[in-house]
Amino acid sequence: MSAVTPAAETRFSSLRKLIQRRVSWLPVGAAVLILILMFVAGQSYFGRFLTPRLLSSLLVDNAYLVVLAAGMTFVILTGGIDLSVGAVMAFTGMLAAKLLSTGVPPGVVIPLMIVSGAVFGLIIGVLVNYFDVQPFIASLAGMFLARGLCFVVSLEAVQVKDTTVLGLQSVKLGTFEWYITPTGIIALLVIAIAAWVLGYTRFGRTVYAIGGNEQSARLMGLPVARTKVLVYVISGVCAGIAGLLFTAYTAAGYSLNGIGTELDTIASVVIGGTLLAGGSGYVIGSLIGVLVYGVIKVSITFLGADSSWTRITIGILLLVFVVVQRVLVARGSRR
Amino acid sequence: MDAQPVLEVVGAQLRFAGDTALADVDFRMFPGEVHSLMGENGAGKSTLIKAITGAIRLDAGSISVDGKTVSFATPAAAQRAGIRTVYQEIDLLPNLTVAENIMLGREPRKLGFIDWRATRLAAREAMRQVGLELDPDSLLSSHSLAVQQLVAIARAVSTELRILILDEPTSSLDQDEVAELFGVIRELKSRGVAILFVSHFLEQVYEICDRVTVLRNGSMVGEYLTTELLRIDLVQKMLGRDISELDTESRSTAPLPESDRRVVLSATEVGRAHRIQPTSVELLAGEVLGLAGLLGSGRTELARILSGVDPTETGRVVYEGKQRHFAEPREALAVGVAYSSEDRKHEGIIAELSVRENILLALQAEQGWVRRIARRRQDELTASWIEALDIRPANAEHPAGLLSGGNQQKVMLARLLAVAPRVLVLDEPTRGIDVGAKIEVQRVISDLAATGMSVVFISAELEEVLRVSDRILVLRDRRAVAELDPETLTVDMLLAIVAKADTDE
Repeated sequence: MSAVTPAAETRFSSLRKLIQRRVSWLPVGAAVLILILMFVAGQSYFGRFLTPRLLSSLLVDNAYLVVLAAGMTFVILTGGIDLSVGAVMAFTGMLAAKLLSTGVPPGVVIPLMIVSGAVFGLIIGVLVNYFDVQPFIASLAGMFLARGLCFVVSLEAVQVKDTTVLGLQSVKLGTFEWYITPTGIIALLVIAIAAWVLGYTRFGRTVYAIGGNEQSARLMGLPVARTKVLVYVISGVCAGIAGLLFTAYTAAGYSLNGIGTELDTIASVVIGGTLLAGGSGYVIGSLIGVLVYGVIKVSITFLGADSSWTRITIGILLLVFVVVQRVLVARGSRR
Repeated sequence: MDAQPVLEVVGAQLRFAGDTALADVDFRMFPGEVHSLMGENGAGKSTLIKAITGAIRLDAGSISVDGKTVSFATPAAAQRAGIRTVYQEIDLLPNLTVAENIMLGREPRKLGFIDWRATRLAAREAMRQVGLELDPDSLLSSHSLAVQQLVAIARAVSTELRILILDEPTSSLDQDEVAELFGVIRELKSRGVAILFVSHFLEQVYEICDRVTVLRNGSMVGEYLTTELLRIDLVQKMLGRDISELDTESRSTAPLPESDRRVVLSATEVGRAHRIQPTSVELLAGEVLGLAGLLGSGRTELARILSGVDPTETGRVVYEGKQRHFAEPREALAVGVAYSSEDRKHEGIIAELSVRENILLALQAEQGWVRRIARRRQDELTASWIEALDIRPANAEHPAGLLSGGNQQKVMLARLLAVAPRVLVLDEPTRGIDVGAKIEVQRVISDLAATGMSVVFISAELEEVLRVSDRILVLRDRRAVAELDPETLTVDMLLAIVAKADTDE
């Protein structure tokens, strides 16, 4: 290193300082890069791809997924996983459709959806934290429970005719080209609140601490137990909100809604740069992850290819990201 | 000292699954003193620390802070009382920034939200007190271990600190870093903080500590002022000499004739950074090579290199005339080098499996899991090992975890012997087992050597090393310092060499 001149060294060290500070944002940057590359590729291949309408619909069509991904980010940051969100979303949607069809006002139904989502999260969180059940197993049980309860509510699809709920999706604010629906606004609000909570509250920092090293967090005197339960409750609440958005989107409750959505959610979060091992990641990244997912879905439709190609592409992307993460983690632990 | 102790533990008792971890231990610390807790593996040091820091609860006995009896249910409760610990394996969060690691859980808030500017300022102030100047926004993982250690101390300093516990803080630091740490310790001491400094480096203990408490096998040996305690006496108190009265037959079996004594394994300048300096050693057929030294002297590290558990970073290992690079223990095992870990619970016995399954584990692994050993053969083999080593109860289907320590050790020995190794490396095979079982294990080792097997034997008890070994290698401060013939040696002479200060540095 003796050949390096002092000036070059300071420039080098300030660059290093910047990288040191921002290294945890790198995976998010990678996701943004992929998103841009996809836009560019789509535009050059299809010609009329990058239109304001498409960009608007990207958020609006995937609003429920954005909300689920925000909740999932909390869970994955602690090193956990929540497989129940797809089924809980379906259940709360089903419950809402049924109640609305019997004349219960939306002012009662909507809070009830969120509370029932929270209850599922609470059960999973308590199982994980106090009974030491693996998150995978506990949330799998939650998934079966919620899916089963869907069928208890109704075996058939239930139409939703309530204008308040439908309005969440059908009201388009903005111009004909650039628009946003209340569902899109809710999704962005959830992301903003989640980002704020993770970045600016002790609870949020404890979430990161647990993902970094649970034992250390405990020894530091942080409220580990409470936090671990709360992240699942948050994920459940998000599943409840997603249930509302999805019901508004499809205008019906159906028992088989959202099968596999939990996996799309996890994929989006991971592509968005959150480490599956926990401790590193951002909600903004998860939003980008969902958008990447959305672009892939739209591109496959543009291509006229079979929709299974969406899953295949997502699968490949996920594989690449997980391998890159492993490499990063392995390099980090070598220190 | 007339002052009131800031911390006082009286009659601490604790049992883990039938083993006594602490037996009637008293311990006290005064404000503004540096105190050391000394003892070998299993002496009860970490158990006592855990009790003080609220990580575990005592079965009996009391802990008082400032004369008031306390009972900490969690580490958080102990921290509120001003007791902070910096662990050997630094318990910070590599994924977060330096500022957060210092302030986590205590970040200044504005309207309920973290005020990052104030957090960084407070972190800077805490770092200044331990002489650190780091970018508070840099990730903890981007700094060296020594710096991370100081960050951990900064975290402790930023609170209402009464008692600071440093558990093996110097084990991965170089000399300059140790000096820096000692500067911080002296500064804290002058502010009236009581510091518990746990280290197995005698030099450092004598340099920084005012007082030591010595533990052995979970019992208290005594509390001494470092200025009044000779180094050799301290070592003797740590190692003890419980069984010297029980002098059994020393090497009963005749050694192999000279002509058969060829070199089986020879290591040239093997070592690992921060673990053991480059060391050369030869192992002859049919001999027991004793490694004598204190905990942290490099005795375990050398044994792990010789047996291929940890690869060497320098030099080379020649085994049976061929240079070997063992990447994994199974490669070493395949050519006949077997290692028995000092950490019986974590790296040895599988408690849930039966005695039979534990014994046959290595043999079955060597054969490959596809070619299963027939059950009849399994029963025969197990029965013969149970008889040969006198494992009790003599029941092959007994869960190994329910056996006594001595019998677990014999099961581990049987497992290694079942694969018929040429070289057997035993790291503290007699730790924590009763005297009778110790003597039996020693007998087995002598018998094995007489059949031509080469044995590397480690024990914290010097009498035992003397009695069992044909040749003794003494390690101190991570290097080999002497090679001795036990015939011409007494325990006191060996003790003197093990404990000697390095004056030539």
